[in-house]
Amino acid sequence: MNLKIKYFGVLAEITNCSEETIAYTKGSVSDVLMLLFEKYPTLKETDFQVAQDLEIVSKDTLLLESEIALLPPFSGG
Amino acid sequence: MKERKVKNVFMDGAISSQFIGESIAKHQSKTTIGAHNIFLGQVRADEVDGKQISAIDYTAHQEMANAKFFEIRETTFEKFNLTCMHIYHSLGEVKTGEICLFVFVSSPRRKEVFKALEYIVEEIKAKVPIFGKELFEDESHQWKVNS
Repeated sequence: MNLKIKYFGVLAEITNCSEETIAYTKGSVSDVLMLLFEKYPTLKETDFQVAQDLEIVSKDTLLLESEIALLPPFSGG
Repeated sequence: MKERKVKNVFMDGAISSQFIGESIAKHQSKTTIGAHNIFLGQVRADEVDGKQISAIDYTAHQEMANAKFFEIRETTFEKFNLTCMHIYHSLGEVKTGEICLFVFVSSPRRKEVFKALEYIVEEIKAKVPIFGKELFEDESHQWKVNS
């Protein structure tokens, strides 16, 4: 199965892309994060939240959608 | 009838004083309104390690942000007796001294608009996925953190 991951703000700088698709087997948010931390070690020390279906989800949430977003701290206004 | 559709809150670049003025003018026909309140977020020329910020480049998870703005809008209408509410936020580059956030609430009475406006602005800062890249004059940058 393919999972699209979108990166925003400083995270897009760290990964050097605004989105990518990775192959993954069914699991939770933290399973995907493990893969990403291997690929981008700096991500581990960076503060961010994960959104699925336009809502912030916790690390043990099961992945149901084919797309997630990694969001650094919000700084609107 | 209140609007129940997700709207696009984003505008390209700074929000002009002309746009803000025209928004106010459009309410002259709504004569049940007795009080307006307006919040304008302006880009500040902060100094960091001797360098001055010259602009903020805003990006957002636009789909999620518009959904969050919609939720905030719905909750605000439930909590406060408002006649209408308008929210606009910039995307892209906004120079120091220019406006990046425009929130406009109207009600028959003044007390509601004071409370509602503060509530909306705090909710936007906390819940909407917008990201500000602070640009310095020497073309370096840092990522904005809301305090």
